[in-house]
Amino acid sequence: MPEKTDEKVRMPLRDMPEKRASDSGPVAAARRYASARAGDAVFKGAAWFFAASVIALMLLIFAVLLKESWLSIKTFGLGFITSSTWDPVALEFGALPSIYGTLVSSAIAIIIALPISVGIAIFLTEMAPKRVSGPVGSAIELLASIPSIIYGMWGLFVFAPVLSEYVEPFLIDHLGFIPLFSGAPLGIGMLPAGFILAIMIIPFISSVTRDIFRMVPPMLKESGYGVGATKWEVIRKIVIPYTRSGIIGAVILGLGRALGETMAVTFLIGNAQNISISLLDPATSISATLANEFTEAFEDLYLSSLVELGLILFLITFVVLAIAKLLIARFSYQGGKF
Amino acid sequence: MKDKLTIKDLNFWYGDKQALKDINLHIGEKQITALIGPSGCGKTTFLRCLNRMHDLYPGNRYEGEILLEGRNILEKGLDLIRLRGKIGMVFQKPTPFPMSIYENIAFGLKLMGIKSKGEVSGRVEKALKDSALWDEISDRLQGPALSLSGGQQQRLCIARAIAVEPEVILMDEPCSALDPVATAKIEDLMTGIKEDYTVVIVTHNMQQAARVSEYTGFFMLGEVVEFDTTEKIFTAPANKLTEDYITGRFG
Amino acid sequence: MDAAGARFIKRKLANYGALALSAASAAFGIFFLFWILKDVLVLGFSAINLDFFTRLPAPAGMEGGGLVNAIAGTFLITALATVIGVPAGIMAGTYLSEYGRKSRMASVVRFVSDILVSAPSIVVGVFVYALLVKPFGGFSAIAGAVALAIIMLPVVIRTAEEMLKLVPDATREAALALGAPHWKVTVHVVYRGAVRGIVTGVMLAVARVSGETAPLLFTSFNNSFWNFSLTEPTATLTVTIFNYAMGPYEDWHQKAWAAALLITAIVLLVNIISRIIVRGKAE
Repeated sequence: MPEKTDEKVRMPLRDMPEKRASDSGPVAAARRYASARAGDAVFKGAAWFFAASVIALMLLIFAVLLKESWLSIKTFGLGFITSSTWDPVALEFGALPSIYGTLVSSAIAIIIALPISVGIAIFLTEMAPKRVSGPVGSAIELLASIPSIIYGMWGLFVFAPVLSEYVEPFLIDHLGFIPLFSGAPLGIGMLPAGFILAIMIIPFISSVTRDIFRMVPPMLKESGYGVGATKWEVIRKIVIPYTRSGIIGAVILGLGRALGETMAVTFLIGNAQNISISLLDPATSISATLANEFTEAFEDLYLSSLVELGLILFLITFVVLAIAKLLIARFSYQGGKF
Repeated sequence: MKDKLTIKDLNFWYGDKQALKDINLHIGEKQITALIGPSGCGKTTFLRCLNRMHDLYPGNRYEGEILLEGRNILEKGLDLIRLRGKIGMVFQKPTPFPMSIYENIAFGLKLMGIKSKGEVSGRVEKALKDSALWDEISDRLQGPALSLSGGQQQRLCIARAIAVEPEVILMDEPCSALDPVATAKIEDLMTGIKEDYTVVIVTHNMQQAARVSEYTGFFMLGEVVEFDTTEKIFTAPANKLTEDYITGRFG
Repeated sequence: MDAAGARFIKRKLANYGALALSAASAAFGIFFLFWILKDVLVLGFSAINLDFFTRLPAPAGMEGGGLVNAIAGTFLITALATVIGVPAGIMAGTYLSEYGRKSRMASVVRFVSDILVSAPSIVVGVFVYALLVKPFGGFSAIAGAVALAIIMLPVVIRTAEEMLKLVPDATREAALALGAPHWKVTVHVVYRGAVRGIVTGVMLAVARVSGETAPLLFTSFNNSFWNFSLTEPTATLTVTIFNYAMGPYEDWHQKAWAAALLITAIVLLVNIISRIIVRGKAE
């Protein structure tokens, strides 16, 4: 609420008589008005300063990451992204295995999380009675608040053994003819990391999707029921098409989370700098490489290469999140369109 | 009649849209002046010019003069904080602050620089008595203002406005959110306070205008169609439009 | 049976099938929540004891000892991050809701905050490492706190803005109409109306960063001993979990579960309390 005229010129109304007695005589009043104006200027200035510092912070992050990775950018050029050699001893660095692992583990997470999240949103908005949807919704949101290191640790100690004992042998026996599911049942690797990521992002995607479903005008749904459609037909033909760009935005938001997630992935992906077609083989991701190697990198070039990995991750998530935000904004903007 | 506010050739724009056209009015001191007219006629817009409430939002523009005892309050560089200390306002819906009843009223007093506890509580009590609220709530002054009923909240807002002893009180449809009993109480209150204050009230309710005011202005499409004593407006309007409106033929 | 009847039954079946699947999805989510919580509770409780809260870590490979330094470190770094991040966030949120509103500057700040909310926390760690650790010669509690404050900042900004916006404009106008200066309206009236929501949001933000690991790995690092200096490496529960869980000793794994129980309990408790506060407001 900018007080436009107020901030430009401020001269007191001198000849207005002050009728109040007590401790608010004309002199005291003039002092009070002066301090009110000064207070306004200081407070507004402080608010502006902190708001501006958010923008400055973002620029500073880019600048610092760029500066620190300059050595690596100069040394390897574009080859950094296309090379799959990551050899700290020979000081040769290529980011491809890390980038590949980040993208594939996130893709697995989305493939698992999307249908389940939409299912949860449907359950919460269209099916469950209020006294069920409240607690269930809260419980699923609580999943989102569990620190990611707990997911990682639980995944390593509890979930990975279950996978290597039961699930992966089953996959290898029955789907092993597909290269994606060949290899040994280790319990850690691309698929387990993607699965834990899916569990982590389901709460995000489902709660955003639920909120978007709630924005569908009731009349629209009622007119669907009015022509004799079943609940599922209304959802599939009316609710989902109506909210499509919002759902896509929610999914990309979840993707942004998955791409940048560190702890859960680091525990479960196996930390192997290689690219394998099999999803059961150990792999790595940008964040896992950073978490494992950053404090051990003593050579300048090694450190610079790791910072460049961080910069790449920041750029990828920046683009993904910007797209998500635009899609969600467009959905709520064109809310009335059908 | 002595003029408290004199409005000369006032024009007002929301951005590019002109909302008030060549308004000329005289608001008499210690009188109640009612502003009536159909929705969107500019009466509330006009009221909010009188304490420069429009300045909160960018793009609004005034032209002309509003004289408060001869001094133009539209002039550049006017101290709005000082102006609003002189011209109080009561809004369409009750606007209690999120604090106790006592603090709601003390808020304005503290702004005036009154520090003595005794004086603050004396004036809080006086304001509550003037607004006929004291008997109902004197035992829970420290309770939250939001716990009062709608009518009580609105009287609290009036008490808050008169506690700082402004010269003019603007009321923007103060009863529109209230039931008839609460409305009657507020009308009583208005007639009580006009001995000390100049009141300008915007209302949708023509009986209310007839009951409480001395002067009435009829607005339409951003212009003043007719301004005269309330008696004249309601018994022998000079303008056909006014007559149609007060007899309920449109609006 | 005629064709229309068969079609009707098919539609009905599709309906029940789809609805059953969506209920199963919800069950899937709940199932994992309880599975994870059960393991954290059972394994954590079997490892937690008085020593855990009162003693320093035993030398690597030896049994016994506790994580009192990491508990203190987590509280210290989180508190420091709160002191840095919360006032800055509330002021920036105040700018968005009270001054900037629909201005260009405000929409850029909102966009940047939304990006920063989901920015990878490990990248924030790398950034603070380059900014505060490398130039000043070592890991420190203050660097960890700055990293957490950066993660907290955008969350606080957006919550503060949302909560301040819930205070009706009429309330602001009423205070201004009394002749209050704008800043007093904001501090004494608007903040007061939004305080419950802002406190809740801040609690959630603090809980979230107290469970962060990645940004602390290269900023506050770790420490096996007491540390009372803000410029020295400092142990935290989360980084300790990471090191212990990855380590080879069974006793370390035990300690990691105990630490996991503690941090999960704190985070969930804060979340549940703030939910109750928000619900209390709705009633």
